[in-house]
Amino acid sequence: MADIPDNAPQHCPGTDSTEAGKSSACQGCPNQSICASGAAAGPDPAIEEIKEKMSLVKHKILVLSGKGGVGKSTFSAHLAHGLAQDEGKEVALLDVDICGPSIPKMMGLEGEQVHQSGSGWSPVYVEDNLAVMSVGFLLSSPDDAVIWRGPKKNGMIKQFLRDVDWGDVDYLIVDTPPGTSDEHLSVVQYLSAAGIDGAVIITTPQEVSLQDVRKEINFCRKVKLPIIGVVENMSGFICPKCKNESQIFPPTTGGAEKMCTDLSVSLLGKVPLDPNIGKSCDTGKSFFTEIPDSPATLSYRKIIQRIQDYCEKKK
Amino acid sequence: MEQTQDGGNLSGVHHIILVLSGKGGVGKSTISTEIALALRHAGKKVGILDVDLCGPSIPRMLNAQSKDVHQCDSGWVPVYVDQEKSISLMSIGFLLEKPDDAVVWRGPKKNALIKQFVSDVAWGDLDFLIIDTPPGTSDEHISTVDALRPFNPMGALLVTTPQAVSVGDVRRELTFCKKTGLRVIGIVENMSGYVCPHCTECTNIFSKGGGEELARLSGVPFLGCVPLDPLLSQSLEQGKDLMQEFPNSAAYPAISSITRQILDMASPQS
Repeated sequence: MADIPDNAPQHCPGTDSTEAGKSSACQGCPNQSICASGAAAGPDPAIEEIKEKMSLVKHKILVLSGKGGVGKSTFSAHLAHGLAQDEGKEVALLDVDICGPSIPKMMGLEGEQVHQSGSGWSPVYVEDNLAVMSVGFLLSSPDDAVIWRGPKKNGMIKQFLRDVDWGDVDYLIVDTPPGTSDEHLSVVQYLSAAGIDGAVIITTPQEVSLQDVRKEINFCRKVKLPIIGVVENMSGFICPKCKNESQIFPPTTGGAEKMCTDLSVSLLGKVPLDPNIGKSCDTGKSFFTEIPDSPATLSYRKIIQRIQDYCEKKK
Repeated sequence: MEQTQDGGNLSGVHHIILVLSGKGGVGKSTISTEIALALRHAGKKVGILDVDLCGPSIPRMLNAQSKDVHQCDSGWVPVYVDQEKSISLMSIGFLLEKPDDAVVWRGPKKNALIKQFVSDVAWGDLDFLIIDTPPGTSDEHISTVDALRPFNPMGALLVTTPQAVSVGDVRRELTFCKKTGLRVIGIVENMSGYVCPHCTECTNIFSKGGGEELARLSGVPFLGCVPLDPLLSQSLEQGKDLMQEFPNSAAYPAISSITRQILDMASPQS
């Protein structure tokens, strides 16, 4: 391996190896801690290959949130649906939540399998212009758990970005798991040469969620990822019977609005809780067609328009 | 090695419960906090270990976010939430300089801290140690289960919300428990039904019954449904005790029933 330094101890696994700093040969090496932290690993050759592949992709958008269950996948799925309503646009949706892939179910693609072709893995198509890829398509049963540590997850993400045959795409939307760890670092790192348009950050109104989202915004700043804006989801609930609004997740500290002002990021919009959204996700249908008149749907449309404007302007 | 053989800092801990869920935001931290508070009301000494390193929520939920961890001869002293020292707490939240600092760590670093959390916190005598985990089946979970194996944990409490998308992730978590030989104490269905404060109409915002059905299909005990309750969110936002502040809330009976079942399961063991 080329990445073994000249003065390295015997059996050095190489600074690029996932074993760097951790194998038995590393014990006692003065650079062990540097290797273990991953700082020594040089640029992965895959980054260039991914850049090559991604030259056909016009816009790349990450959907992030520090907190789980705030609606990242719901948002990603419907951002994809919304953009794909314009038949002239090609949209791709990549699910990098390796341990809890929800996208197959939300897109109504459960049980679908990925096929291998000469030019790589073929994604699964929901419509002619909407392609989806998820680890869910690689599992044999819905009970299968992906019990993987970081390096294996990173390998999978690399494959998703490098080996999936997306073709010419206008928008690539990447849905992520909660947190600021392996998956997020890998996506940002692998797409660094190709360039990411920006991240959409999803939150719910309560402080318990906002405190995680602030961390995510700091993460974006640390890795120099532009932030398109914040979406406040589950913001208020309108009772289907009496039409009165109540706050299930009360914005005790001012909600996303105040956080956005404090941290000077833009607020893309608020989406109210609507039981029909959960229902259409469970049945794998798009709520743009299921409930076109719901206030939540209208709010979604506005947000998607803003994201589109942002991407167009950037070009 | 000697430490592990005599139990080290966990030797005084009677029951270890892991709170797991494949899905995020279903209420793992909420359920962990509320069960800890309910166990305290039952006169038990409880510790909470928060191994969600990228998004620690427990310090805020117990209104302890500004406290610090100290060192003593036998390791880290956990943070005591109350005067009587009946709830102790350890979380990465106490180790950050600024509350908004992002912990941008890959797996190996997270694993090292979890090992330290398991071996180096001086819990003292505890009836229950509740371990709150991040979503998923990855580094944190593998490391926690590995590190706890010598201490024979009582089992895992799985939290889900009722919709199929969440139940799907929890099915995967059940497989994780099976593969790692971790006993499943039961499933809790959270956010099940919301009663409108204006007209008292109950709406199933995230559908209903998914957790119960999963429990039946997989032959695991079903411990109960906790309704969506703004009073519950409010008490957690302000770090207050639901049972003291809002004893009439809709979530209260559900949580005390779940806690009773856990106590029943624990008693023949001890």
